[in-house]
Amino acid sequence: MYVAVKGGERAIDNAHAWLAEERRGDTSIAELSIAQIREQLSLAVNRVMAEGSLYDPDLAALAIKQARGDMIEAIFLLRAYRTTLPRFGGSEPVETEQMACDRRVSATFKDAPGGQVLGPTFDYTHRLLDFKLAAEGEVDPAPEAPAPDAATPHIMDFLNREDLIQPEPTGEDIPPDLTRTPLELPADRALRLQSLTRGDEGFILGMAYSTQRGYARNHAFVAELRIGTVPVEMEIPELGFSIEIGEVELTECETVNQFQGSKTEPPQFTRGYGLVFGLSERKAISMALVDRALRWKELGEDDLGAPAQDEEFVLYHADNIQATGFLEHIKLPHYVDFQSELELIRKLRREAMGQAQEAAE
Amino acid sequence: MTDYNFAYLDEQTKRMIRRAILKGLAVPGYQVPFASREMPMPYGWGTGGVQVSAAVLTPDDTFKVIDQGADDTTNAVSIRRFFEKTAGVAVTEKTAKASVIQTRHRIPETDLTEDQILVYQVPIPEPLRFLEPSEVETRKMHALEEYGLMHVKLYEDISQHGAIATAYAYPVKVEGRYVMDPSPIPKFDNPKLNMAGIQLFGAGREQRIYAVPPYTQVVSLDFEDHPFEASKADHACDLCGSTTSYLDELIVDDEGGRMFMCSDTDFCAARREDAA
Repeated sequence: MYVAVKGGERAIDNAHAWLAEERRGDTSIAELSIAQIREQLSLAVNRVMAEGSLYDPDLAALAIKQARGDMIEAIFLLRAYRTTLPRFGGSEPVETEQMACDRRVSATFKDAPGGQVLGPTFDYTHRLLDFKLAAEGEVDPAPEAPAPDAATPHIMDFLNREDLIQPEPTGEDIPPDLTRTPLELPADRALRLQSLTRGDEGFILGMAYSTQRGYARNHAFVAELRIGTVPVEMEIPELGFSIEIGEVELTECETVNQFQGSKTEPPQFTRGYGLVFGLSERKAISMALVDRALRWKELGEDDLGAPAQDEEFVLYHADNIQATGFLEHIKLPHYVDFQSELELIRKLRREAMGQAQEAAE
Repeated sequence: MTDYNFAYLDEQTKRMIRRAILKGLAVPGYQVPFASREMPMPYGWGTGGVQVSAAVLTPDDTFKVIDQGADDTTNAVSIRRFFEKTAGVAVTEKTAKASVIQTRHRIPETDLTEDQILVYQVPIPEPLRFLEPSEVETRKMHALEEYGLMHVKLYEDISQHGAIATAYAYPVKVEGRYVMDPSPIPKFDNPKLNMAGIQLFGAGREQRIYAVPPYTQVVSLDFEDHPFEASKADHACDLCGSTTSYLDELIVDDEGGRMFMCSDTDFCAARREDAA
């Protein structure tokens, strides 16, 4: 006799053992170390930190190893770890103006104080497979230049001086924490940005791309894209002043968007903003475009019915951990619901067939 | 596992969840937003139920987990193990012996008592969601007690199919006020929502908790000329012979031969033991 339900416990144990074996792969090949993943797959590590909302390269590398390279699974591992950590408080706002930039480009001005610095970018590489890498070749050290003495000013500040760019209202001192309070709509901009920065890179990219193709087009220029490290300071209540508690690598993107003016606002440039942990340009630019699209109400623009303008649609579907969990849960047994559907369909069919029979007679 | 707090969640989080539960009990059927935490199991796999269980469990509790009525389905095993590991509570498969029962998709056949808590895992807490996708709108509709859309949907079912074409997650009205999704239980279980035990509903991904206190009136939506009907397969259980329990249908051979057995495995096993 077929008995479906016994043996679940043993099946789970065996599945876990098999998974561990598959993760390790062929044991005649050297095992990956956390340090190797952290140093050589650093963009993967960055993505896991950004969407895991936890800045810890070693833990992110561990998560990637444990997840067999499945990024969303790795992000999930990091998030589940993060929830168990106590929240001590909020840091001081990081001063991205003080960033030690590895890269800083502007698409709106040919040159500006601080200069254009390409940094370690894929941008102008030819995407040809480099077979030398297959032979584990060492690389020559890259040329170096002295670090600039002064801080690199934000490009936006130059537009600000002419009042050409819309001023930003200041937010609350300590913004709400998406991971500690339930998301309720309408969400303020700080919450929206939090949601976007930890949202799925692919989803945010798709949303941003849709605005470029005409679904709530807002014509963005990248005023500035900068990548580098900034110190994080926090006020310690016992001390009464702020101290530096570490530093993080960030990617920041500010877009300047054409704006004809609306019923409530004069013609001026408007902004979109993206800020992401680690080196993640695609995500930061996407985030800035989606941020700008979501600001239609505050700027008095028309609701064009575009997906990227719909705060509820974007924020409720951006989180890949929520999405993947709910999507994959349909693998779980649904015998009971399916059984009730079976009964219903049989009943409806009986009735429909009965009526057809009567009609024929 | 000593690194984690009793029942995994920290006390601050449990307090936050307990407040949501108390509010839910005070306003039966109302969906209380709560700051759902990321759990070490995926969203959609019972994280809401797990958080509610974590918030109500005490070291003296006896815990039972069922999925589709069965204690031995893989996800029920996984959740039971989670609390064995993180809370060290006693576990049981016997409905009558459990003080807290977490369930997915079923209400046990055995009547619950005043000493028991039933925790439901809820995928989509909003009964109006598939009629109105926007949360902003549906919250407004609940606030204004504007349930016309739901009645129109049920009426359209009848005019199109001659019957209400909802077989599970059948909407109910709680204490004459809120329309509530009873989670995807088969409508066969709906009458059992009127019970002596405390019923708590947790939706982790959607960040909502709601509740039905003991002896609260829960009415399945219907029309006078099309009264609600709790239906099940028109068979007896092939294992224990019960004619009153909800049945699972199994395909047993290549010719499509069928057998029926109780979905509530504890109920079925107890009946077979008594008969033996």
